[in-house]
Amino acid sequence: MFQIRIHGRGGQGVVTAAELLSVAANAFGRHAQAFPSFGSERTGAPVVAFCRIDDRPIRLREPVLEPDAVIVQDSTLLRQIDVLGGLRPAGYLLVNTAATLDDLGLGGVVARLPPGHAVAVSATAIARTHVGRPVPNAALLGAFAALTELISIDSVAAAIATRFHGHLRDGNVTAARAAYEHVKGVRSGASAA
Amino acid sequence: MRAQREGSQAVALTVARCRPEVVCAYPISPQTHIVEGLSAIVASGELAPCEFVNVESEFAALSVAIGASAAGARAYTATASQGLLFMAEALWNASGLGLPIVMTVANRAIGAPINIWNDHSDAMALRDCGWIQLYAQDNQEAADLHILAFRLAEQLSVPVMVCMDGFVLTHAVEEIDVADQELVDRYLPPYRPRQVLDPKAPITIGAMVGPEAFTEVRYLAHQTQRQALTVIPRLADEFATVFGRRSASLVSPYRTEDADLVVVALGSVLGTLAETIDELRDDGVRVGALGITTFRPFPTEAVRAALRDGQRVVALERAFSIGSGGVVSQDLRVALAGMDCPLSTVVAGLGGRPITRPSLRQLITQARSAPGDPTAGPQPLVFLDLDRDLLAHG
Repeated sequence: MFQIRIHGRGGQGVVTAAELLSVAANAFGRHAQAFPSFGSERTGAPVVAFCRIDDRPIRLREPVLEPDAVIVQDSTLLRQIDVLGGLRPAGYLLVNTAATLDDLGLGGVVARLPPGHAVAVSATAIARTHVGRPVPNAALLGAFAALTELISIDSVAAAIATRFHGHLRDGNVTAARAAYEHVKGVRSGASAA
Repeated sequence: MRAQREGSQAVALTVARCRPEVVCAYPISPQTHIVEGLSAIVASGELAPCEFVNVESEFAALSVAIGASAAGARAYTATASQGLLFMAEALWNASGLGLPIVMTVANRAIGAPINIWNDHSDAMALRDCGWIQLYAQDNQEAADLHILAFRLAEQLSVPVMVCMDGFVLTHAVEEIDVADQELVDRYLPPYRPRQVLDPKAPITIGAMVGPEAFTEVRYLAHQTQRQALTVIPRLADEFATVFGRRSASLVSPYRTEDADLVVVALGSVLGTLAETIDELRDDGVRVGALGITTFRPFPTEAVRAALRDGQRVVALERAFSIGSGGVVSQDLRVALAGMDCPLSTVVAGLGGRPITRPSLRQLITQARSAPGDPTAGPQPLVFLDLDRDLLAHG
């Protein structure tokens, strides 16, 4: 079983991201479960959502305690809550930021994880370019597909199309593909080095 | 159709396929997505002539459902927590009048202090109101139980609550097969009421009954509800034939055959429990679970048949009776009378506190090593993951 925890703020589409990730995994032939952290969400307040992906039906109903991957939609949360809590030694870290992971003080975490498992991506900037709004979730799903290779970028695009229509669908799919290509480039660079 | 969807949406779609004629509900977390989904379906005209009635409270919601059902319509509502308590007076009217209303309860704690998260205190507080209570383990069961609930309610003229854990199930997105309309129509015939309130042929229902017959009315209500213990397994078998998958029935045993300890539980915790049991089994620990789907009427014989002498039983309860102890435990104690099955009660998951594998492992390990002396007298009530530090600061 692969378990993902997504951190963000109310209004950034955290719950939608977990749901779309489960839809993408399902479209990719896997079993998947997504659920929010059930808080009284308010715009701007910290929000957590979870996704589990497995080859068999998922029965677990506990929150994700030891994630295989953590997605951080808002890097200001790094100073506020323990977003890396329980992250597995061979896990993945994906942070939405225009800065580097070193600049965010995550150098130690990057060194602990296997090479190429921690990636920064400017998902908000990508979203501004392609969607016209600073909602980073679709771009981060594209980045996640490239980072973990757990789901295909086409299944991410199909999942986005179940939720958005017209120019929002097209913009989000383009943003997801752009982030996917970016992370693929970073990772091939990392493995070449 | 099998698809990745939210539990609430699956329930809304399934209820729509049961062709209700009146839907009346007042929104309350975590039930809201269910009634929002249904109101959208009704507004689309897809369910015509179904009417969605907007009201000012839960008391009104159930009262409208009672009126609609008495007039011969298939009626549905949904609520949770304080909303269910606000319906309390009308709940007894619905069952006393024999009206086959189906209601989803998205189980949630009761305030004060205010808490929007899951436990079973709401439905458990109303266990004696004459409604049948079914508890879903997962969202597939939650959706499917609604189809069975309408059949059951209309066959016995008894209202049915389908209980599903708030947020844990209602807001979880997973692969769920929503039954096809054609199959639902085959399984669930149009509602044929025994009697209807009709101005053209006036009758009186629910008139005053004095001491000379009230006991007999209640006796008959009890006998009628107990018939569900025979009817539910038959309806579940027929469900399997029509839909090609099992619907839940009275109880669901999991790896109990050679178990020396069986955890009895209701609702979504059974999934996490099954995972924990598989892990412990790999370590050679002989443990099983017994899920109770039908809580009212209580399946006494099915519970006895699922357990055997020498097994320890732990009732894992998401609610309790303040000042007394476990609610399900009381029924289990009656069911286990005469059997050599020492019973203990653990209260867990109140107000949304997650019940995790590590906690369940610890609970099971401790319960297996505790002395099982039935002559030791009543045991103190155990609260899983009780935070002693927090109590010290209280």
